[in-house]
Amino acid sequence: MENWSLFSLCVLLGLTSRWAVSFHSYSGAGKPPMFGDYEAQRHWQEVTYNLPVHEWYFNTTNNDLNYWGLDYPPLTAYHSLVCAYVAKLLNPEWVELHASRGYESHSHKLFMRATVLFTDILIYIPAVLLYCFYFCDGSSKQKVATALCILLYPGLILIDYGHFQYNSVSLGLALWGILGLGLGWDLFGSLAFTLALNYKQMELYHSLPFFCYLLGKCIKQGLTGRGFFQLAKISLTVLVTFALCWMPFLSDPKQPLQVLHRLFPFGRGLFEDKVANTWCSLNVLIKIKTLLSRETQLFLSFALTLLFILPSSLKLLSKPNLWQFKLALVNSSLAFFLFSFQVHEKSILLAAFYCTHLGFCLFLRLMFFLFVFFHSMLPLLVKDGLLLPYVVTSLAFLFLSLYLLSALERSTEEELRLGIYRKLTRHWLPKLNLSRIIKWKFWFSLVAMAVLSFTSVWLEPPAKFPDLFPVLVSILSFLHFLGFIIYFNLVQLMEPQRKKSQKKTN
Amino acid sequence: MAAPMTNDQSWFYALALGVSFLKCLLINAYHSTDFEVHRNWLALTHSLPAAQWYYEATSEWTLDYPPLFAWFEYGLSHIASFFDKEMLVVQNLNYASPATILFQRLSVIVADVVFFYAVKECCKCLREDKGKYLLGKPSFILTVLLLWNFGLIIVDHIHFQYNGFLFGVLLLSIARHFQNRHFEGALLFSILLNLKHIYLYIAPAYGIYLLRCFCFTQSNADGSLQWRSFSVVRLVTLGTIVLSTFSVSFGPFIALGQLPQVLSRLFPFKRGLCHAYWAPNIWALYNIADKAFSILGVKFKLLDINKLPKASMTGGLVQEFQHSVLPSVSPLATLVCTVLSILPALFRIWHRPNGARGFLRCLVICALGSFMFGWHVHEKAILMAILPLSLLAVESREDARIFLILSITGHYSLFPLLFTTQELPIKILLLLLFTIFSLTSLKTLFRKGGALLNPLEATYLLGLIPLELICEFVYPLTVWQKTFPFLPLMLTSVYCALGVTYAFIRLYISLLTCSDSTKKIKTQ
Repeated sequence: MENWSLFSLCVLLGLTSRWAVSFHSYSGAGKPPMFGDYEAQRHWQEVTYNLPVHEWYFNTTNNDLNYWGLDYPPLTAYHSLVCAYVAKLLNPEWVELHASRGYESHSHKLFMRATVLFTDILIYIPAVLLYCFYFCDGSSKQKVATALCILLYPGLILIDYGHFQYNSVSLGLALWGILGLGLGWDLFGSLAFTLALNYKQMELYHSLPFFCYLLGKCIKQGLTGRGFFQLAKISLTVLVTFALCWMPFLSDPKQPLQVLHRLFPFGRGLFEDKVANTWCSLNVLIKIKTLLSRETQLFLSFALTLLFILPSSLKLLSKPNLWQFKLALVNSSLAFFLFSFQVHEKSILLAAFYCTHLGFCLFLRLMFFLFVFFHSMLPLLVKDGLLLPYVVTSLAFLFLSLYLLSALERSTEEELRLGIYRKLTRHWLPKLNLSRIIKWKFWFSLVAMAVLSFTSVWLEPPAKFPDLFPVLVSILSFLHFLGFIIYFNLVQLMEPQRKKSQKKTN
Repeated sequence: MAAPMTNDQSWFYALALGVSFLKCLLINAYHSTDFEVHRNWLALTHSLPAAQWYYEATSEWTLDYPPLFAWFEYGLSHIASFFDKEMLVVQNLNYASPATILFQRLSVIVADVVFFYAVKECCKCLREDKGKYLLGKPSFILTVLLLWNFGLIIVDHIHFQYNGFLFGVLLLSIARHFQNRHFEGALLFSILLNLKHIYLYIAPAYGIYLLRCFCFTQSNADGSLQWRSFSVVRLVTLGTIVLSTFSVSFGPFIALGQLPQVLSRLFPFKRGLCHAYWAPNIWALYNIADKAFSILGVKFKLLDINKLPKASMTGGLVQEFQHSVLPSVSPLATLVCTVLSILPALFRIWHRPNGARGFLRCLVICALGSFMFGWHVHEKAILMAILPLSLLAVESREDARIFLILSITGHYSLFPLLFTTQELPIKILLLLLFTIFSLTSLKTLFRKGGALLNPLEATYLLGLIPLELICEFVYPLTVWQKTFPFLPLMLTSVYCALGVTYAFIRLYISLLTCSDSTKKIKTQ
């Protein structure tokens, strides 16, 4: 069969599973007074449609910031505004000021789901297809298989079509950015990434690799000559894009400050709920939240994040190629997730997305996926009543990627890039078979996670420790994430790039 | 889609598992009244003695499947009690708790295992199964065409029925005939008849084939019948198999003297010629012709508008459709038409049996003939022709062409089954998925010899796209939506009826002209 039909079958399968997941419940369905993210998005439509721009981010009589106040960058607000116009056309009740609070109906759910599907088709899916077409190794069949895996990635489907968010927009834009850089269209890439940043501030996790890659490229061309010119063009693009996005807020200096204040709510504390990052896990041993002052916490998290990003960024700066860039993306997002201030459990999705899909060996991808998934998503999705699609899509994904890219057989040491470890371990453990150990560890982790998620869903925790299972899950995942970040850093810093990727970047 | 290097059968499990995952995702989708029908049957078989099964009438959805299916529901009801005991109470009409939905949906998904097994057996019967790479292998294509069949997914897993399981039994029985295990095949088919009596329509093909090719052990050199080779033993054995199945199924009810009651439940002749939504068959064309004549007649003052039956002019499709110009059709007339339509095919396989493939072709014609001319035909019955035809489609070019036309129009005609907005994207996506796959894979399979469809056929099929756009998107916005709400349905069924009729005629031609299958292989 021709490639176009295979690709279109993949897209159709992806869309079908997306829409099928959307039949299920969403966050906060029928749970007054606060509802959930679904209501937040609907509320933003209501606010942006009915209020003038300068009131959007301020607490006024018509805009109660404590009830899902807008806390995403302007592009999200504009998107809500556009959706609100459509909503007004279909049913004015959906966006009526005040009166529409907590509005829920079957047709409204359909409308909201359709908006997600629309943005997905417009932004995310073309980006994925182009990415697979240009940047995947192997034959066209393998490209198709990779595209299928990415399109069926359950993390995104469940959060966007189950829980309800528009992650595919920011992820899709960032992917367009990566595509731009990969194809050598630096201006387009930086434009797309700036848009992504202006859609969701979480994309800051990846800003440093983008910056370092572009800067490194300019330095390579010579900062006094062509490189400087290029750098000026890129910075101009970024500045103009930013200015355009923030235009309505630039009239009064109070406005952008308030928006920034809304985007980065430092008042909310080091962490919330159970997140598998350093702070939450340390909290089991030391009560950091009460021990240290807010300023110290802020400083500490900032310093640690920087410490973990710097090596990979510097390496990227000195060697700006696509392979290094991808690794830096993973490292930086992991570092942010593990050490930065106020991390949501959903933000691991970002790190996970790049990790799972930007062409690393499958074995690692699956490992990573498992942890991300079993850990952060389970409690959230169970709360939303999405257990069924969660189980089905993740099993399907696991099975599909294991089958299509037939993993475990081929996870050789070479592919895992374990050369470094070999050198280290050879001195004292000469007969160690690393790849076998890793395989065993993989199955061990799999079983541990399955058991834990089973217990946390179906078993009552002991009365003494009501949070026992979530804490166990998050600590276990944290340890794995820590292992991952160290591993990826080592790979990036110590190993010369692969031959294949060398060919591609030329 | 799958790993290109696999020589083993793992792709089969991948496809089966994949479609099962998809089915699981559809658990929360819309379900029709058939869901309540089956819940009611679970309840009444569970809580009442068998003697009352066919008398119970608390719900309007009385038991109207043969006894073996009732026993199947009885078996299911024991598992159901672990999920939610409330669903097993006859008085709980329209009961649909989450646990009930989960159980009923899962029961359909799990029962499809029979279908999976049958498909696997069918793949073994393919004549040539070589292919350089997986996606071009006939068995792979056949598996997708059957397992991922659009009609089965939406009828079973959205609309709600147990067709997958039933077709599994049918396909298994066909596969057994291909493998020359005729006793098993006959047993399976008689079990099938006792599960759902709609399969009576294809019983003539079975009867003639078994009599001709199995009870007569030999043919003359030119393929004609050799009377002396008749084997009484085989006939008696076959008869015993069929009779014993029926006596197990109907015996208890005959003993209780309930046979007339059971039969009256199984064959309700009180219904009209056409279902509320016309199945795309001859009668849809007949109805529309009648309507056109009456409108023309009124326009040219040939008919008096006051004398016309009312229903025909309101545009509504009520159950009892009164013809105004053309003569009304009686059940007997449809029966005669059906028999006449399948007789030539039966004669053909009696004279030139052409092996199991000839039988399969005849079976498809029986299914399609009864669909075309039957009384009160459901649009879902088209699956009875599409699924067995898939087997032929991967073996010959001409059949692939018929299959494409029949499956696309037949599947499209199922669209009105799902009328909710929520399911609109899913039905379009799934149909596109199936259609693109079948078009491209069959095209690759029969690469040599140019395009599969001629320009006229391709134009007709492409015409479905504007039809869908008009029916689902444009028409609801127009003012006619209020006065003629059924017009899109009528358009759909008439347009699809053309394609189905065309496929039926082509299929007939292929049966009557293909002289000998063995010759055909050689020339290929």
